[in-house]
Amino acid sequence: MKILVAVKRVVDYNVQLHVKSDGSGVETDGVKMSINPFDEIAVEEAIRIKEAGHADEVLVVSIGSDACQEQLRAALAMGADRALLVKCDRDVQPLLAAKALQALVGQERPQLVLMGKQAIDDDACQTPQMLAGLLDWPQATFASRIVIAGAGKVEVTREVDAGLETLSLDLPTVISTDLRLNEPRYIKIPQIMKAKSKPLQMLDLADLPITETPLLNIVTTSAPEPRPAGVRVGSVAELVDALKEKGVL
Amino acid sequence: MERESVAFDVAIVGAGPAGLAAAIKIKQLAGERGLDVSVCVLEKGSEVGAHILSGALLEIKALEALFPAWRDLQAPVGVTVAEEELCYLAGSQHAVKFPDFAVPKPLRNHGHYVVSLANLCRWLGKQAEGLGVDIFAGFAADSLLYREDGGIAGVVTGDMGLDKQGRQKPGFQAGIEVRAKYTLFAEGCHGHLGKQLTERYCLREGADPQHYGIGIKEVWKIDAAKHRPGNVLHTFGWPLDGSSEGGGFLYHLDGQQVALGFIVGLNYANPHLNPYQEMQRWKLHAKIKPLLEGGTRLAYGARALNKGGWQSLPRMSFPGGLLLGCDAGLLNPAKLRGIHNALRSGMLAAETVLESFAAGDGAELDNFEQKFRASPIYSELYQARNVAPALSKWGPLLGGAFFWLDQNLLAGRLPFTLRKPRADHAVLKAAAACPPIDYPCPDGKISFDLMASVALSNTHHEADQPCHLQLRDADVPLAVNWPQYAEPAQRYCPAKVYEVVADANGNRGLVINAQNCVHCKTCDIKDPAQNIDWRPPEGGGGPNYTNM
Repeated sequence: MKILVAVKRVVDYNVQLHVKSDGSGVETDGVKMSINPFDEIAVEEAIRIKEAGHADEVLVVSIGSDACQEQLRAALAMGADRALLVKCDRDVQPLLAAKALQALVGQERPQLVLMGKQAIDDDACQTPQMLAGLLDWPQATFASRIVIAGAGKVEVTREVDAGLETLSLDLPTVISTDLRLNEPRYIKIPQIMKAKSKPLQMLDLADLPITETPLLNIVTTSAPEPRPAGVRVGSVAELVDALKEKGVL
Repeated sequence: MERESVAFDVAIVGAGPAGLAAAIKIKQLAGERGLDVSVCVLEKGSEVGAHILSGALLEIKALEALFPAWRDLQAPVGVTVAEEELCYLAGSQHAVKFPDFAVPKPLRNHGHYVVSLANLCRWLGKQAEGLGVDIFAGFAADSLLYREDGGIAGVVTGDMGLDKQGRQKPGFQAGIEVRAKYTLFAEGCHGHLGKQLTERYCLREGADPQHYGIGIKEVWKIDAAKHRPGNVLHTFGWPLDGSSEGGGFLYHLDGQQVALGFIVGLNYANPHLNPYQEMQRWKLHAKIKPLLEGGTRLAYGARALNKGGWQSLPRMSFPGGLLLGCDAGLLNPAKLRGIHNALRSGMLAAETVLESFAAGDGAELDNFEQKFRASPIYSELYQARNVAPALSKWGPLLGGAFFWLDQNLLAGRLPFTLRKPRADHAVLKAAAACPPIDYPCPDGKISFDLMASVALSNTHHEADQPCHLQLRDADVPLAVNWPQYAEPAQRYCPAKVYEVVADANGNRGLVINAQNCVHCKTCDIKDPAQNIDWRPPEGGGGPNYTNM
């Protein structure tokens, strides 16, 4: 079985964001970029499935600028076998990502597509669902446990409001990964060196048989209003009065 | 422990200007001579530039020597110094500008560039990778690896995945041995391996102790109408009283940004002094505040710097390796610039390494000392040698007059050398004997609370790992430092790592918030009992500076 994992290059989760002064987005100049943490979990899961003997190839894919090669190399160092970058210099919206991945699924014929449940930059949480819809494949979102059950079946445990829900799906399928699925491994220096010789193929978005005009228009980006300073109260009675005054009690 | 091992011809610790210049020059020279020399650079920051913090003013000559075509290669060096001012701040309102003729020559910055060193290092990193250097970011060189004959054989990277008690967590990865014929140490000021090497090979024999400062820096985006790219301001005087050394800098970069900071000499005597608060107060001066009003603070960080200069130079070579850049203390304390010397020391190291390869197996790097003494680094540090001690001995005004005379008229040729033989940690006076300092509350617009500042350093450490700030004797902070100095770590640390807290019964304890640490090394330098050892935390931890 081949597993395709989609990864997105995003501003690292430790970095405090600054909105550009013209409101056209956030500053990314000189800012540390990383694999979207949920996607990193998906890469880890794919490698674990392969290590358990249920897959023979892990292919990582990213859509974006040349710089995404860094994230693909990191995924290769974790243990993916092969990488593919779809070059695209404009904003990648979920539908564009889903259509591009659909085209790649057509070419690569994976049995399983894994990716994070959402990217931490736009928090859209749409690409996996759209991809499953376009492919007409079953899907399981927010996976916290994945078990390849054999005979073309996979069992997925999902974290839902009521607790845990377990689904049984037929392969091929699309699964989006949640935080508690696994803890990605530490990369080792010898693996980084090995990853340099693993194949990384580049494609232009224009080479894929898809048409997409952006349907969403980002009007403006702004920083949230700063939180007003707190008030220190002297006693419980004062606290109760203050809460009553605010209409909370 | 059985460890995996990788081998390179040259291993370099630290992806700063010295380490990267060495890596680049080795590849360039090897290329010219048709040699295949493998070079790796270990960087503890999560990426190249993440732990780099400097003013920074750059003397371009050294970069030009490394890359004559730096302009075409789009080095992030675009803003030349346009106007410059040196001011004495007399109180919080008045600034006395020095007329041009009265400015000591080393402090004249005409022809130099205002840069972000972090961005310059990112660029150098790309150039190095383009030449085939393997840069491993997120890997701290944790300990030294010795050859049988006692020389350096390389380094061991830090273990990943240990919990607070040092037990292995799931996913634990043991550090690996990075073995090399030559290992170059370029960790920056007061590197923890540099400290061990200095001790092991007695590199400081005959040299004065190193002297240090702590630099606290912020980057602001200011009103376009007030922004003048290339404008450079240096101040001394207020808010420090005459007994402590230090001063402020404010450089206009491009993109409406200004880099500003305050340096306090770590030879201060009053344990109540708080460098962070001095920096916050300095911003409220009538010369600075109007510029920042209406602006946004983008970044915060801090780093120790060395300013011992010529008298404090250690031997830089030892069997199997070299100490480079600020790890050896090459900042010129009269100029307050050092990037050019870091770059030059890297290039000198590269030449020495290539010559040693040509000389055959096992050749040592002793030649480096000779090359270093013949280099412009040595001559400029020699020429500047009396400036810092004079300022220490005689204060900013009298010492400043000497500075001018010594540098502008005599070019450092006086037939004597002033010394500062007492180490910075040894000069602290008892808390009870010193006046407490009353710092103003932050206004939330120009001056800020410390934790709000630390948040802008993008610092992150895995929480469940062994504490990387190790006390040699756990009782010293409360048994000695607290009664004598009111535990000064609480104030000199620019990231609120050290806190003395009392419980309901009044029992005091020292809390070490290691996850706040911005890797400035000040605690390892200034602790009066020399009881704190700064060790690298899990690789990738620490600040994530953007354009510092």
